[in-house]
Amino acid sequence: MQISVRHHDQTTIFDVSGDIDFANSPAVRESVLHEIQEARAPRVAVNLSKVPYIDSSGVATLVEGFKAARDLGSRFILFGLSTSAREVLQLSRLTKVFEIYDDEQQALAS
Amino acid sequence: MLTLALRSNPKFLSVVRGAVERLTEALGFPGEQCRAITRAVDEALTNIVRHCYANRHDQPIALYFRGTRRRNDGEVQEGLEILLCDRGPAVDTSKLNGRPLDEIRPGGLGLHFIRQAMDTVEFTRKGATNQLRLVKYLTQTNNAS
Repeated sequence: MQISVRHHDQTTIFDVSGDIDFANSPAVRESVLHEIQEARAPRVAVNLSKVPYIDSSGVATLVEGFKAARDLGSRFILFGLSTSAREVLQLSRLTKVFEIYDDEQQALAS
Repeated sequence: MLTLALRSNPKFLSVVRGAVERLTEALGFPGEQCRAITRAVDEALTNIVRHCYANRHDQPIALYFRGTRRRNDGEVQEGLEILLCDRGPAVDTSKLNGRPLDEIRPGGLGLHFIRQAMDTVEFTRKGATNQLRLVKYLTQTNNAS
């Protein structure tokens, strides 16, 4: 799993690559929460287009990111969800909590 | 059918997921159920590592996959039985409750994913071993044979 951060206008974008599971979700969590606190961008977006699988600890990480962003008045956006990732968010009843877009273009235009 | 023996290191979770996904595909489960069963086994393994072994990475875990069957409305249903065994402290089954799904907070989802995916979820203690038994049956509509 790899995670990198870039900035586009008023948006902090996290590019994640690989499964997010119990083995690596702590690293994702640390990176996402640190950057949200540091950058304080009005909009935070997580690119999941290269994430085939997310487990419950990965979902928990996204919820923590969502809450951290919300506490700072930022929007928290997900885009590029795989079938499996979308299923797990549906099972968690979180698809209406997160802003979810098909791709980066839609996410940045939102 | 298949037996996996591994240590409680989270880096092996992806290895087990790969094996379970291929196995369920080979048995004829549809894609959504392959992903759900894989997710259930992954979450069960994670629970063992976190709760039974307190994140120690060198403890033994065994997974046994075997065929099973049941009669349902006169039809014989083939299925997959999965046993996950660990040697951690006894699980207090009264505490095995996932969080309510309408609460937006981290954690408490793994057990929910397991129960959502499987037809049977049973915890038992046999001697010094915790055993989690998971069963999923192929339904008539998704049995390719």
